[in-house]
Amino acid sequence: MNSSFRILIKSPKFMFGACMLLAMIGLILIYPLFNRNDPLEMIALAYQPPDSKLLLGSDNFGRDLFLELIYGIRTSLQVGLIAGVFATVIGLVIGLASGYIGGMIDNLLTAITNIFIVIPSFVILILISVSIDSRSSFVTAVIIGITSWPWTARAVRAQTSSLRNRDHVNIAKISGYSTPRIILSEILPYIASYVVMAFVLQTASGILSEASISMLGLGPYNTISLGIIMNWALVFEAPVAGAWWAFIPAAISIAIITFSLYMMNTGMDEIFNPKIRS
Amino acid sequence: MSTNILEVHGLKTYYRTRLKEHVYAVDGVSFSLEKGKTLGIAGESGCGKSTLALSLMGFYFPPLHFGSGSIVINGTDIMKLGKEQLRAQVSGREISYIPQAAMNALNPTLKIIHFIEDIMKEHRPELNKKQVWDMAAERFETLNLSPKVLHSYPNELSGGMKQRTVIAISTILNPKVLIADEPTSALDVTSQKAVIKLLKSLLDRGFIQSLVFITHELPLLYHVTDDIIVMYAGEIVERGTAEQMIFDPIHPYTKKLMGSIIVPEEGMKGHKLAAIPGTPPNLKNVPEGCRFADRCSYVQETCRKGKIESQTAGDRIYRCIVEPEVLKEWYANEAE
Amino acid sequence: MKQNDVLIRGEHLTKVFGYGKQKTTAVEDVSFAFHEGEIISIVGESGSGKTTLAKMIMGLLKESSGSIEYMGKPRQLKRHGDRKRYWKNIQAIFQDPFSSFNLFYKVEKLLLDCIKLQGVNLTKEEQLRKMKEACSFVNLKFEELHNKYPFELSGGQMQRLMIARIFMLHPKLLIADEPTSMVDACSRSTILDMLLKLRDENNMTIIFITHDVGLAYYVSDTLYIMEQGKVVERGPAEEVILNPQHPYTQQLISDVPKIHSEWDLA
Repeated sequence: MNSSFRILIKSPKFMFGACMLLAMIGLILIYPLFNRNDPLEMIALAYQPPDSKLLLGSDNFGRDLFLELIYGIRTSLQVGLIAGVFATVIGLVIGLASGYIGGMIDNLLTAITNIFIVIPSFVILILISVSIDSRSSFVTAVIIGITSWPWTARAVRAQTSSLRNRDHVNIAKISGYSTPRIILSEILPYIASYVVMAFVLQTASGILSEASISMLGLGPYNTISLGIIMNWALVFEAPVAGAWWAFIPAAISIAIITFSLYMMNTGMDEIFNPKIRS
Repeated sequence: MSTNILEVHGLKTYYRTRLKEHVYAVDGVSFSLEKGKTLGIAGESGCGKSTLALSLMGFYFPPLHFGSGSIVINGTDIMKLGKEQLRAQVSGREISYIPQAAMNALNPTLKIIHFIEDIMKEHRPELNKKQVWDMAAERFETLNLSPKVLHSYPNELSGGMKQRTVIAISTILNPKVLIADEPTSALDVTSQKAVIKLLKSLLDRGFIQSLVFITHELPLLYHVTDDIIVMYAGEIVERGTAEQMIFDPIHPYTKKLMGSIIVPEEGMKGHKLAAIPGTPPNLKNVPEGCRFADRCSYVQETCRKGKIESQTAGDRIYRCIVEPEVLKEWYANEAE
Repeated sequence: MKQNDVLIRGEHLTKVFGYGKQKTTAVEDVSFAFHEGEIISIVGESGSGKTTLAKMIMGLLKESSGSIEYMGKPRQLKRHGDRKRYWKNIQAIFQDPFSSFNLFYKVEKLLLDCIKLQGVNLTKEEQLRKMKEACSFVNLKFEELHNKYPFELSGGQMQRLMIARIFMLHPKLLIADEPTSMVDACSRSTILDMLLKLRDENNMTIIFITHDVGLAYYVSDTLYIMEQGKVVERGPAEEVILNPQHPYTQQLISDVPKIHSEWDLA
């Protein structure tokens, strides 16, 4: 694992994406230490254009948009990560079970996976969001995670079922190792790089999904996220007022985060896909 | 005038690694092949035999690069030809190559006849479709392959059949030399025999004039080829007739190689197999002197000095500083 | 051949894959009795069912019908504990050394695992001594290897390392599935010699699964020739090779190129 990490650092794409992401995370961690204001506090008139005091102007309630943006990015990243973890863990467990055990269980789990793939997950997302009363950002993240695992499951299953027939797995079996141990030491290391890649991708799409449902007004209530900022801009007709600063920076932030995650993914893909080990 | 159909002089080809090192997989190889003769090339994996086969075609794709030397086919040095000329005039017509995994290289979505049509369009544009089909059917029939094969898809054929089909396709233009790189190593013995029969009948009927057969299976070479070359670490270590090489080897490496043959014949049981300790030298950094010195049981101090040139003894060529008579005495002593 | 006790006996083993139209019988009604210290070769071409039979013996595949008796008792594989007990004395070497090793473990860990597997508590020095002993048995230098990953070794070295594992575990039964088909002729001799030595020292039973008639003849006491899932001929190696009775065996032997007799290419 150590050597793969060393190779990764040499990939310009991965490093570019990682640096961009780290810079973003640095910003959202450090800025609130200097500006201790509440992002929801109204401190100016509605839709003030950017100036030296309000870096990105104010929104319809007269709140500091730059501060809102910082907190928005934080929530969006959190939602993306939680969604990514959920999607990856569920996908990994189902994929491993299905690929390693095989037989009837494989058929059953593959059927369930396929059903989830066929049903448009965004529709489920909207339906669940509408039917749940208390929507915190955590709940939203979990809902996104639960609806986006099937692709991971499918890929993990394919890799696992081909690994299962490899001779080192057979040797581990006749050495009397237990199934969890075989999965942990003989299968997981081989698919680890793939799973990390899938996780990065799921995180990116989690951020996008959160933005999308928040924009529709179905996102979390009690917080600020990038989608919610855009939703406010939409509801209070910022485009009509010509207040571009109310939604463009949020959109660009989403683009930058997902772009940097995709870059990291592509960088990893180039390294791990045609296995250069050996 | 020589009757050599293929002459190779001081051929050096190398792989360029990621670290820009040059690894000479074929390092100064010279040999010739007479018209109508067959030549076997044997050696362990990594000795450069497959690279040599590839190099003989004149096409070099990175990481493989041409270093120096000449490859003369039928009087023409193909390394002096342009790429386009080489493709149009030499490959397929003068010399043809069957790579190791040839049978898996056929596009599974196309029927066999399609590959032949393609070749003909390029090399014999004057023929119409009907003529090509008739010609292909006739050729397949002569070679004891069912013409039905022509209208099948590659996946409908068994491994052995696919391999024979590939050979029939690659020889459709009657190349003077056919280079076959391990054409039978992925096949069952029965299919292997069928492939060998096919190669023999190509030779007998004059569809090909000479054959270069590369394999690590020595008993096979014994029955297929007139002469055998043994390669070690990019160099030819010995050449002789198949009979000489199997039963009367000169070079210590050949001796060991022949001693490792296993066949289902009386006397095999209880026969002591020869083994060679150690591994071949790293071609990135070949030692001075004889490349086999580190693994040779008869190594002398002088073996590790200078460059060991090949010697000639009658019709034999070998690369060892010790006289053949002396070596044979040693072998005889050891056998006792 | 030494007349020892029967180690493992199979009665009317059959293995059927798939169901309905896709049903294929890979192994059909095969019976055998392998003795302690015996070397057996199961010879067949691809698709003959030899690997399936080997996997059934290993207990990696469940037989569709028939039974296997191990050391005089019916084999029990239902519970994990039963399997563990059965596998304690069975090991395998596979064809492709590159897929036989977990590429993420260093050589040292592979060998350490063998010590752990035997369930004995050893001091660091004793462990080191055992690993060195195993490596020197297969002519490898532990000092040069222990810090390497398997993919840094050559195929022949990896296969020898596999034998070092067997040497440490000394199972009663070793199943070698084409152990030399991917290594060079010279490494092949070394590997075969080591396996024969293992048999001589530990009275191990070795089952070779191979397509190479010559190799089977060279190493084994007893041959089983398989064709399309059935054993068509069996007997002492000398008899089967030098005086084959079944037409398939005759054809198989005649298709192999030899060096002291003509190869009929007509």
